[in-house]
Amino acid sequence: MSKSITPKLSAFNRQSFVGFATIVQREVRRFCRIWVQTLVPPIITMALYFVIFGHLIGSRIGTIEGYPYMQYIVSGLVMMSVITNSYANVVTSFFSSKFQRNIEEMIVAPIPNIMILLGFVVGGMTRGLLTGIIVMVVALFFTHIQIHNVWITLSIVLLASMLFSIAGFVNAMYAKKFDDVSIVPTFVLTPLTYFGGVFYSIDMLPGFWQHASLINPILYIVNAFRFGILGISDINVGFAFGIIILFSAGFFIFAMRLLNKGVGIRS
Amino acid sequence: MKALEIRQLTKVYAGGHQALNGIDLDVSEGEFFALLGPNGAGKTTTIGIITSLVNKTAGQVSVFGYDIDTQLEAAKSQIGLVPQEFNFNVFEKVMHILITQAGYYGIPAKLANERAEKYLKKLGLWDKRNVQARELSGGMKRRLMIARALVHEPKLLILDEPTAGVDIELRRSMWDFLREINAQGITIILTTHYLEEAEALCRKIAIINQGNIITHEGMDSLLRKLHVETFILYLKNELWELPDLGEFNGYLENKCTLAVDVQRDQSMNDLFAVLAQHNIEVQSMRNKANRLEEMFIKMIAKGEEVDNV
Repeated sequence: MSKSITPKLSAFNRQSFVGFATIVQREVRRFCRIWVQTLVPPIITMALYFVIFGHLIGSRIGTIEGYPYMQYIVSGLVMMSVITNSYANVVTSFFSSKFQRNIEEMIVAPIPNIMILLGFVVGGMTRGLLTGIIVMVVALFFTHIQIHNVWITLSIVLLASMLFSIAGFVNAMYAKKFDDVSIVPTFVLTPLTYFGGVFYSIDMLPGFWQHASLINPILYIVNAFRFGILGISDINVGFAFGIIILFSAGFFIFAMRLLNKGVGIRS
Repeated sequence: MKALEIRQLTKVYAGGHQALNGIDLDVSEGEFFALLGPNGAGKTTTIGIITSLVNKTAGQVSVFGYDIDTQLEAAKSQIGLVPQEFNFNVFEKVMHILITQAGYYGIPAKLANERAEKYLKKLGLWDKRNVQARELSGGMKRRLMIARALVHEPKLLILDEPTAGVDIELRRSMWDFLREINAQGITIILTTHYLEEAEALCRKIAIINQGNIITHEGMDSLLRKLHVETFILYLKNELWELPDLGEFNGYLENKCTLAVDVQRDQSMNDLFAVLAQHNIEVQSMRNKANRLEEMFIKMIAKGEEVDNV
């Protein structure tokens, strides 16, 4: 009994916390060092979305649930940036560490696996949050934004960036080559995001597709966030939080198992 | 105190390749220990298991009394690793690499900065502290890895082929540095292809081949087991043909260089007496620095105990 408890308790001492903080610092330093690749692209893409979909096309669409199309998609696009950037940060950084083998610097050190995971995840969340703020600021150039509920808005951003940071970590553990890093974002994440209610309300879909959409976790994230901003949502916000927390917990446990086994990092 | 204790260590890789067949190895505190073996013998696997980079299949490893199964974090804290290949993030600055590594060992930022400065200065990299690691020369990269391995001040330093691809001058200065830190009490284990390096630095040696330890003893006693040593004699005058050296076996490398094998039961005095009979004057001589190499090759080839050499 004592054997199984000791390591878990010892994972949360001062020494491990220094290790955790070091990983977070390293992660933040990494995405700041390559800011042209990490922080600038969301500004460009989102500005294009706002101009083309929000302004040019949106002005012909009219309103959705009482809000101009531009305001409706802002919340979706902010979330889309948060999700893709959190995921990209962790999957790229962790895979590069594997590829360059500097992951070994961590493996040989007495830093508990849970702190390695948390370090990368908080690094990803930091980029997600920062991207969210940047995109929000860009959006202010195009439309007026009022925040309906700050706490829901903020907590959903943090939860979503956490979930997708962990998912990025799992992806990176399995990845053997750079192709494996882009497969999931291209073939899974992008379609799920586009079908996740970023650009439309699921009420606009035919009956079957409305139900099918409900298995998409991104739908819950986008709607909960939209509720935080506009006060409207296709689904129950409490239920959305539950789903996100459940997915996060599942991915977290899975990531820890992979890390403890050393999948892809220890032979 | 044992710095390292390995018992019945076995490794079978996923593909079925058996890299280690239950090896035993002991390294005492303060030792300078060499682990020798041909490519694929199991050296890097052994080091990988000690440093948690490789999962073991069976057996026990303890580092300064800390078992890697039950007290992994304490065991890890004792070890500094200088791997065979560069494995730092080449885009990071030199100083950041050291501070980050110190952080992974739980060293707070202020102390990490002091340590980084201390070891970068020691390894002659202080001027390069704000340079990205990719801009360093090969020798500097090696030194960076040594500084990184020392930043948490480990009691056991493990170096996997530390001087591979390093020029002679740097190799010598690295040897001096390793001797110095060993004298300060750090136990050192190194693997090397340069047998001269093991002979120059290490007091204890283990030879590993095909996943088995074939010898494990002091360098002196190992070398004493050599039956023959070859000496290179530089002659004062040219010699056109090999004279009769009696009981000694010799050959002319060129007109001024004579190589002579001296058996363990023969004496140098006898050799010089024979040379004097032929009026051969010896200007200088050296031991052919391949003693370990010859023994190594024979042992690996025969796979037998060293007494049969």
